[in-house]
Amino acid sequence: MRRSALAAVAAIGSASLLLSACSKADDNDGGDGSKSAGANAATKGVVNASTQKGGTVTYEYSDVPDSFDPGNTYYAYMYNLSRLYARPLMTFQPGPGEEGNKLVPDLAASAGQPSDGGKTWTYKIRSGLKFQDGTPITSKDVKYAVERSNFARDVLSLGPNYFQQFLTGGKNYKGPYKDKSPEGLKSIETPDDTTIVFKLDRPFQEFDYLVATPQTAPVPQAKDTGVDYVKNIVSSGSYKFQSYKEGQEAVLVRNENWDPKTDPLRKQYPDKIVVKLKVNAETIDQDVQAGDAIDLGGTGVQAATQAKVVNDSKLKANTDNTYGGRLVYMAINTQVAPFDKVECRKAVEYAIDKVSVQTAEGGPIRGDIATTVLPPDVIGYQKADVYATDGNKGDVAKAKEQLKACGKSTISTNLSARSDRPQEIDAATAIIASLKKVGINASLKQYPSGKYFTDYAGVPTFDKKQNIGLHMMQWGADWNSGYGFLQQILNGGAIGTSGNTNLSYLNDKQINEMLEKAIATEDDATRNGLYAQIDKRAMDLGALVPLTYFKVLLYRPAGFTNLVSTAAFSGQYDYLNIGTTKK
Amino acid sequence: MTAPIETTGAQAEAQPEAVLAGAGKGQIEGRSLGQIAWSRFKRDRVAVAGGVIVILLILIAVLARPIQAIFDLDPNALHQDLIDPNTSLPKGAWGGMSWDHPLGVEPKFGRDIATRILEGSWVSLVVAFGATILSNTIGAVLGVVAGYYGGRVDTIISRLMDTFLAFPLLLFAIAISATLQGGAFGLEGLPLHISVLIFIIGFFNWPYLGRIVRGQTLALREREFVDASRGMGAKGPYILFRELLPNLVGPIIVYSTLLIPTNILFEASLSFLGVGIQPPQASWGGMINQAVDYYQVDPQFMIVPGLAIFVTVLAFNLLGDGLRDALDPRSR
Repeated sequence: MRRSALAAVAAIGSASLLLSACSKADDNDGGDGSKSAGANAATKGVVNASTQKGGTVTYEYSDVPDSFDPGNTYYAYMYNLSRLYARPLMTFQPGPGEEGNKLVPDLAASAGQPSDGGKTWTYKIRSGLKFQDGTPITSKDVKYAVERSNFARDVLSLGPNYFQQFLTGGKNYKGPYKDKSPEGLKSIETPDDTTIVFKLDRPFQEFDYLVATPQTAPVPQAKDTGVDYVKNIVSSGSYKFQSYKEGQEAVLVRNENWDPKTDPLRKQYPDKIVVKLKVNAETIDQDVQAGDAIDLGGTGVQAATQAKVVNDSKLKANTDNTYGGRLVYMAINTQVAPFDKVECRKAVEYAIDKVSVQTAEGGPIRGDIATTVLPPDVIGYQKADVYATDGNKGDVAKAKEQLKACGKSTISTNLSARSDRPQEIDAATAIIASLKKVGINASLKQYPSGKYFTDYAGVPTFDKKQNIGLHMMQWGADWNSGYGFLQQILNGGAIGTSGNTNLSYLNDKQINEMLEKAIATEDDATRNGLYAQIDKRAMDLGALVPLTYFKVLLYRPAGFTNLVSTAAFSGQYDYLNIGTTKK
Repeated sequence: MTAPIETTGAQAEAQPEAVLAGAGKGQIEGRSLGQIAWSRFKRDRVAVAGGVIVILLILIAVLARPIQAIFDLDPNALHQDLIDPNTSLPKGAWGGMSWDHPLGVEPKFGRDIATRILEGSWVSLVVAFGATILSNTIGAVLGVVAGYYGGRVDTIISRLMDTFLAFPLLLFAIAISATLQGGAFGLEGLPLHISVLIFIIGFFNWPYLGRIVRGQTLALREREFVDASRGMGAKGPYILFRELLPNLVGPIIVYSTLLIPTNILFEASLSFLGVGIQPPQASWGGMINQAVDYYQVDPQFMIVPGLAIFVTVLAFNLLGDGLRDALDPRSR
């Protein structure tokens, strides 16, 4: 496996931190949770590291997930949790912060072997693998899982469909429910029971990230009932479903047919794992503080709890304030006048008081001030600040200068935001106040988030008609590399008539070419260097105003073991080996 | 309620109350219905207090924008230097109260709460009055028509009223406000939101007054003066608007005064739910909506707009009750 120098250093750091955390916990008498490990401890190492078995671990979530079916989900917390009962080919090593971005083989015995310049990827799966019913897992089950999750969009539509986009002939294959031919999709080959070969139509050097989604977790075709598979999921991981009540609760118990010899990652500590759904958000905060539950969504505590926790040094010591792999930004629509002129865009870049925006969003706890497109926990990030202003508070003089260069003294425009995201509206409110000081009058336009891209901000003709030159936006990558992050928001080649996530509508030849070049580049350092260049180019062009690097404030519940906040899952605790000291 | 009010001035004018109490020796004057009502109303101190507050509120609402201009107050000006960025809460006790910000500042933005209450007052009253005028105009006209003509006209209008009363208004209001967010009818932004609110609240509430007016008309149309008018050759519209409606002014005024506070609450509820007035424009309901996140740690932020709504609604209700007592004592 190729890994960048950066990641290699990170891996070493991870090991030593794991060790130090272990010894520390031992000093604390097995880490019973009565003593706090200190603020942000789980972002630096594993808190309460312990091998204690038994007990019940409870997760609570304020809503319902899209699906527990590993082939039908798109949420980071489900990617995280599903690994307990569904083993993907690759996954992320539990580790603090960016160290959690390290890919390790899970169902596969080793990382993918590329050939044909990154167009063919071969994986060997481990031997001795069994489903919960004792039947052996073969590479055909993996192939079937990919086919059902990516190609049967009429049945399972909730997950991403990258495999459909990259696999040869993927556009024409209709999925296993419609296409009953025994060979299925021809570009996934299974020459024997332990080998699986993916054939892509173009080089894709980050394919290991794609197979780290739960979509590659094996599904036995005989047991698959399409959209109802969620009610009887056949486990390949360390836990299996004991009961599943749709929209209410799922209970997982130990899977006896899971063999620890086939799995270097999972430890199977608790006896039982309970996932409670539709729990009131404030109740979750209370339960988490009482040490009774873990917040499954991992989006952090509510505003009132934040205010309470931050003011109390004792409570604050139990919190983890960590990056969520997301950038909060404002896209400047390069197709809506006068922002088709780069000087007018630069005026906006200089005008915005980022400290004011940060305070409106909830302060430094909710996000660090951003100056680049890539957040620091995404691979490829390089520190830069093209439009540096004093204390990040904006520069009215420079903004007015750019405005003059653009041939304007005032601009009247609109700013779109998602009506059901109060944080976004608060940020927009602060931005409007900043822009007003330099003579840019922006009015807030709110649209429901469910149709933000399909009907409103993501439709270029709508934006032009409504004179919406600025768009509030937030972006997190499907996988934490520059490509996974940048491709969807800066790729000009993919601009369509609706559903765009490239809200700058930037179509820059250089950026498009660099993106294509990067994903075909085998050498990690060169590839990551290209991401930094794309980042800088986008900033030079004033395509967007980075506002904050999104952060979450997690309350670390006492009594749970092996808590580590990982960048791979938006700063959530890694759910693979969380245990409990309670009986 | 028959006790005469004290006359505080040295030269008390001719007091009808004195006549009522039988204390006067002067000539008994003929008094209009309005005068009688006014005399009754004046004796109801609670209602008078309500009326004074209502007048004050209307003055404040009308003068909100001029006051802001004179004192250079901007309801959307941020004062984030007064905010602790880690907690988003205002620095200092009582939600950041100070001479500059007598009612404190908002969490996160540090906007002056007093100025936003001021700004919200005119929004509330414009919506409430607009909606009341709309619904009562429709209600009065359709009610009097239904009551006077009877028969098929009455049946149609009455069923229409039933239909409107059965309408799930709140759900419909949420749906309409949500779909008309962007811009419609050549309006956008605040004028659009206010018009939509007036329409939603006003257009669906007319049957309440409509029923009252219809009932009163049914009684009135059999009275002699209507017969007389008809006998002198008066046509329908004349009888409706010259003979009947003036006699219905009492219930209409009373009902309007009682409908205004309901409409203020409705506007606040819709803004609270996020489908009424949109931020950054200040509105009382919107302020409470923002305050929900902070009620445990910064109660001040919720109390102030809550009190504003409470006082306004109470004042209108007291005034309305007093007017009803004064205009139609039998209805008690």
